[in-house]
Amino acid sequence: MTVYAMTSKEVTKKVFNKESLFILDVRNESDFQDWKIEGENFEYLNIPYFELLDGVKEILYNIPTDKDVLVVCAKEGSSVMVAELLSEEGLTVSYLQGGMKAWSEHLELVKVGDLKGGGEVYQFVRIGKGCLSYMIVSKGEAAIIDATRMTDIYLEFADSIGANITHVFDTHLHADHISGGRVIAEKTNATYWLPPKDATEVTFEYQPLEGGNNVIIGDTSINIHALYSPGHTIGSTSFVVDEKFLLSGDILFIDSIGRPDLAGMAEDWVADLRESLYNRYRELSDELMVLPAHFMIIEELNADGSVSERLATLFAKNHGLNIEDENEFRKLVTENLPPQPNAYQEIRETNMGKMNPDVEKQREMEIGPNRCAVRK
Amino acid sequence: MTIDKILDAKGLACPMPIVKTRKAMNELNSGQVLEIHTTDKGAKNDLSAWAKSGGHELIKIDEENDVLKFWIKKG
Repeated sequence: MTVYAMTSKEVTKKVFNKESLFILDVRNESDFQDWKIEGENFEYLNIPYFELLDGVKEILYNIPTDKDVLVVCAKEGSSVMVAELLSEEGLTVSYLQGGMKAWSEHLELVKVGDLKGGGEVYQFVRIGKGCLSYMIVSKGEAAIIDATRMTDIYLEFADSIGANITHVFDTHLHADHISGGRVIAEKTNATYWLPPKDATEVTFEYQPLEGGNNVIIGDTSINIHALYSPGHTIGSTSFVVDEKFLLSGDILFIDSIGRPDLAGMAEDWVADLRESLYNRYRELSDELMVLPAHFMIIEELNADGSVSERLATLFAKNHGLNIEDENEFRKLVTENLPPQPNAYQEIRETNMGKMNPDVEKQREMEIGPNRCAVRK
Repeated sequence: MTIDKILDAKGLACPMPIVKTRKAMNELNSGQVLEIHTTDKGAKNDLSAWAKSGGHELIKIDEENDVLKFWIKKG
C-alpha cells in the first residue's frame, strides 16, 4: 500500500473542520505527554518508534482501517520508517511532513473582520503552538502585531495584497515564542513598537509604546489605540483597533486569563492583572471583538478556525473575569500554575536581543505548547 | 568505567542513532558498556527512554561541542 505525506496545512484543515483522524505518535512518551497535535475528533496511540524496530505486527490490531491514519514524530524520519512498516503490512497511512517541527511552525491565515472605512483584520493562527498574530490592512498600508519568527509568511502575504508594512507591534515581551517583530521592522523599514517597561533591557532601538498612543494605518483614520494593561508582564499593552477590535495580548484569552509569573514577579503583578481585567477592560465597550495572542485549548477555535469573541460574552463566561474575591483571584494566578513554557528565560533574552541563537536552536527553544494562561 | 565499544552516530538523523545503537548493543554481552556519539538532539530523550524500556542502564550523558555522548550498560 502507499505511504502519503500529509502537510501541516492539511492537518490544520482537519482540525478546523472537526474531521476525524487517527494519530499514531511515535515520539517517546514524555514528549507526547508534553505536547501533541490537538483535534476535537482526533484519536491517539503513542508508541515510540524504537519499540517498533522489529516490526509493527503487534500493533496492527490497534490501528483502525476505516479512518485516516497519520504517523507523527519529531522531525519526520521515524514516522516515515513506521509508515512504511505499516504499509508493508497492507495499511494505507500517511506521515506528517516535517514532523512536529513543521507543525510548530505552521501558520494558518484567517480573516477576522472588516474595518469601517475599508480594510481588513487578519489573524495568523499558529495552530501547533496556540500563538495568534495579526495584520491590520488599510489603503495599502499594514500593521503587524505579535509576529512569530516565521517572518516570510507576513512579508509574502503583505506583498500579495499590495500592502506596505509600516508599523510592527509586540503587545509585550514574549516568553513562549521568539518574536519576528524586529526582523520584519528591519526588512521593511517599519517602526517597531514595544512597551518601554518590558523593554528596559533590550539591546536594539525601538519606539516606546505607551497608553494613549494613536497610530494611523492607511490614509483614513484607522486608529490603533494603545491601552496600558499590565499583569502578564509589567508592560503589557492592549490595542483597540477601529473602535471595534480589542487585541488583548496575553492579558485576556477566550477561556482563560494571562499568568503573571513568567518574569518571576507573580506576587507583584497580581494586583496589576486584576486592575487591567476588572477595571480597565470594564470601561471598554462590551461590543468589542476580543482578539487574543493565544489560544490554549482547541475548543477556543471558532467554526472557521479563527479565535475571537465579544467582550460581553467573555465578561459573562470567562471564569477568570468572574472571581469576586481578591484572595481567590490571587490564588488562582499564583498557585498551582502549569509548568512554564520550554526555555522561557532564553526566549525572553532572545526577544531582548541579548541572545542570538541560530534557527535550529530557536526551533528547539520553542518546542511545546505556549502555557501563557491560567485556567480554572 | 570500561568501555567495550564506541559507536559514532554523528550526523545521523532520527531514527538512525537508535537503530545503530540497538545493533551495536546486540553484539555486546550483558554488563558491557557502549559509548555512543550523536549530534541528534532528540536522541537525549529517546535513548534514555529506549535504554529504560530495553532493561539497559544509562550510566551517563555528556555534551561537548554539540556532540552528545551516552554510556549505556547492557542489561
